[in-house]
Amino acid sequence: MIYEPALFGDPDEEAGMAKMTLEELRKLRDSKKFAIKKRDIEGKDTQIIVGMGTCGIAAGAKVVLDAFLQELDAQQLENVSVTQSGCMGLCYVEPTVEVIAPDMPPVIYGKVDAAVAKTIIRDHIMHKKMVSDHVFDRPSVDIIKDGGK
Amino acid sequence: MAFRNYILVCGGTACESSKANAIYEALLAECKAQGVADEVQVLKTGCFGFCEQGPIVKILPEDSFYVQIKPEDAKELIAEHVVKGREVKRLLYTKDCGRKHARVEDIEFYQKQFRIVLRNCGFIDPENIEEYIAREGYVALEKVLFEMSSDDVIAELRTAGLRGRGGAGFPTWMKWNFTRQAESDQKFIVVNADEGDPGAYMDRSTLEGDPHSVLEAMVIAGKTVGSNQGYIYIRAEYPLAIKRLEIAMAQAREMGLLGKNILGSGFDFDIEIRLGAGAFVCGEETALLASIEGKRGMPVPRPPFPAVKGLWGKPTVINNVETWANIAMIIVKGGDWFSRIGTADSSGTKVFALTGKIRNSGLVEVPMGTTLREIIYDIGGGIADGKEFKAVQTGGPSGGVITKEYLDTPIDFGSLTKLGSMMGSGGMIIMDEDDCIVDVAKFYLNFSVDESCGKCSPCRIGGRSLANLLEKISKGNGELADLDQMIEIGEAMKKASLCALGQTAPNPILSSLHYFRDEYLAHIVDKKCPAGKCKSLISYNILPDKCIGCTACARKCPVAAISGERREVHVIDQAACIKCGVCFETCKFGAIEVR
Repeated sequence: MIYEPALFGDPDEEAGMAKMTLEELRKLRDSKKFAIKKRDIEGKDTQIIVGMGTCGIAAGAKVVLDAFLQELDAQQLENVSVTQSGCMGLCYVEPTVEVIAPDMPPVIYGKVDAAVAKTIIRDHIMHKKMVSDHVFDRPSVDIIKDGGK
Repeated sequence: MAFRNYILVCGGTACESSKANAIYEALLAECKAQGVADEVQVLKTGCFGFCEQGPIVKILPEDSFYVQIKPEDAKELIAEHVVKGREVKRLLYTKDCGRKHARVEDIEFYQKQFRIVLRNCGFIDPENIEEYIAREGYVALEKVLFEMSSDDVIAELRTAGLRGRGGAGFPTWMKWNFTRQAESDQKFIVVNADEGDPGAYMDRSTLEGDPHSVLEAMVIAGKTVGSNQGYIYIRAEYPLAIKRLEIAMAQAREMGLLGKNILGSGFDFDIEIRLGAGAFVCGEETALLASIEGKRGMPVPRPPFPAVKGLWGKPTVINNVETWANIAMIIVKGGDWFSRIGTADSSGTKVFALTGKIRNSGLVEVPMGTTLREIIYDIGGGIADGKEFKAVQTGGPSGGVITKEYLDTPIDFGSLTKLGSMMGSGGMIIMDEDDCIVDVAKFYLNFSVDESCGKCSPCRIGGRSLANLLEKISKGNGELADLDQMIEIGEAMKKASLCALGQTAPNPILSSLHYFRDEYLAHIVDKKCPAGKCKSLISYNILPDKCIGCTACARKCPVAAISGERREVHVIDQAACIKCGVCFETCKFGAIEVR
C-alpha cells in the first residue's frame, strides 16, 4: 500500500516547484517570522500614535504613517506598534505624532514629515534620544480622572 | 510592503454559517474602494472560539474585538477604524456590566485560557503554509528528521506525559512505542477525526484553523515508528475542514514537507484523506480502521491492539486530532515544559466545546486541573437567561452528568471518571432547571441505540431494553422495580459489550440515577415531571381568576382544544390537548399553568 504520488511528479522534471532543503525552510521561516510577529500584540512596549484627524491628513500624516511603517521594517523592530488617533488639538503643528517608549517621557512631536519620522525611530526609539527640534507638547492629561466617578 | 492594520475574520464553520465569507469579501472590496488595500491585510483565520458572539472580526494592532458583524458593517469598519483611526464603538464586544471591552485581553472569556492546541487558531491564515512556518511551524519536524533519534522522541513524549485526547487517556508514548517495536514491512499512521459526540467540535475547529499542526505531527510519528503512509479519517460532514486539509497537504507537498525525500533527509511520507459517512461507531479505533479498509465499520475485540495489528493487519499508530496537535509543541518546547502544565497525572491542556444553556457557548482551551466552575462561570459566563444550573454532561453520550456539588472538581482524566462521567473528547453540555433529567438520559441513550452497530448483543439488546424502560417511565407507566432493572442491564452492558460504545452507553442513565434518583421517583411514584418536559406527565390548565377571555390562546391552539367566549374564562379540553405549549407561551397574563 505504498502511496503513489499523484499530485506531484519527479522533482527534477518540475523545476518550478522546487522542493525545499532544510536551509531553504529555515530561510523562509526567518523571512516570514518578522512579518507575522508584527501582527502579534504581545511584547510590544513602544507605541507610535499618528494624529490622523482631518487637519493631520491634510498636512501629510498619511505619508508620515507610511514612513514609520517602512522604517520599522527597514530596522526590523518588533517591539513597536503604530496606531492612529484623531486630532490631538495641536492643529497648528500637524502632522503630530505621540511616542510612548520605555524609559522615556511620553512626547508629542509636531511638524513631522517622512524624514523626521525616520529620525524619531533612529534617535528616540533606538537610541533613547529626543528629537528636540520637533518636541511640541506632552499629551494633555484628563483633568477629571475616571470620568468624575 | 508594510501593513499598518491586520483584519482577522473568523473563518470557522460557525462564523462561516453566519456569512463570515461575505464579510471577508466585503472588507476586501471596501479596502480597495477606500484606497487602503495596500496598507491593510485582511485574513480569514480559524475559529476564535467565542462562537456565541460570531461572526467575529478582530483588528490589530489595536486588538479591537468586533462581534456579530454583518457584511454591511464593512464600510463603516474600514472608513472609521482603518482610515480615521476611530474604533466603531457600537460593534465592539460589550459585556452586561456596561463597560466596553475593546481589547481581547480584557474579555473574561479568554482570561483563564491557555492555548497549545489552538495556538495558531484565529491568528494565522490556515490556507497559507508560510504563516504556519513563520510561527515555528515544522521546527519540530526538522529536529526529528535531523537531530533526534526515535528513542529521543519517545522519551520526550514520555516526559511530557501526553495522554490520548480522544477520551480514554491512554499514554501516547506507549502507543507509539508499541508500533515502533513491532516488526513489519509496513506501518501506518492514522488520525481519528471522526468527531461524533453531539455538541463537540474541537477537532473540526483545530483542523479548520491549523491543519499543518496535525500534518507535521503525522510526519514526526512516521519517522519515529518507521511508517511512510498516513491516513486522516474525517467525517464527510466537515467540508471546510476537508478543504483546508487538502490545501494544506498540497502546499506541504509542493514545498517538499510531504512526499519523497522530505527536506532532503531521505525520509518519505505521504498522507491520504478518507471520508467517513458519519457513523458514531467509526470513532472507535478498530471500527475506524475497518472503515478505511473499505469494510463495514464494526469494532473487533482488542487485543490485538491497532498499535501491533491495525490497518490491513499492520502496526498502526492511531490518535485523535487534539493529541496530534500537541505533538509539535512538545518536541519544540520539550516534554518537561509540557509536563509542568496541568496536573500530575494529566499534563497539558484540554479543549472543550461549551454548549447548551450557557451564556458564552464556544471553544475553550484550559490547563488540566481547571475546575468545572471556572469553565462554566468564569469563561462560559454562567447560565443563560438567569436560570439555575442543574448539571453538566461531559463525555457526550458516553459520559454522565455532574451536579452542582461537584463543580469545584479539578478536571482531569481520573477525577471525572470517579464522578461516574468521563473526560470524553471534550463536549460539555450545560443543563438548567428547565431540563428534565429523564428526558436528557433518553436523548443520549437513543443516540447510542441508533448508532449501535449491532454486532454484539449486550449493546444491541441491552440498549434497546434500556430505551424501552426509559420510555415507559417518561410516559408515566414506570414502576420502582424498573430502576433496579435498568442498573442491572447497564452494569451488564458495561462488562460485556465489545467496544466503548456499548460499554459507555448506559453511563448517562447510571450517573443520572445516582445523582437525580428523586427526579426518577417523581416520574414513577408521583407521575409528575418536575421540569415539565415529559409530555405524558404534564397538563396545561387555565387559571379562572387570571384568565380575562382575550381568546389569544384559543386562536393559536393548533388542535382547537381551547374553548370559551370572548371576555369569559376559557377551558382546555384535556382529551384533545397535544401539550405543545403554544398557549402557555401565548398568554400574556400568566393564566396558564403547567401541572
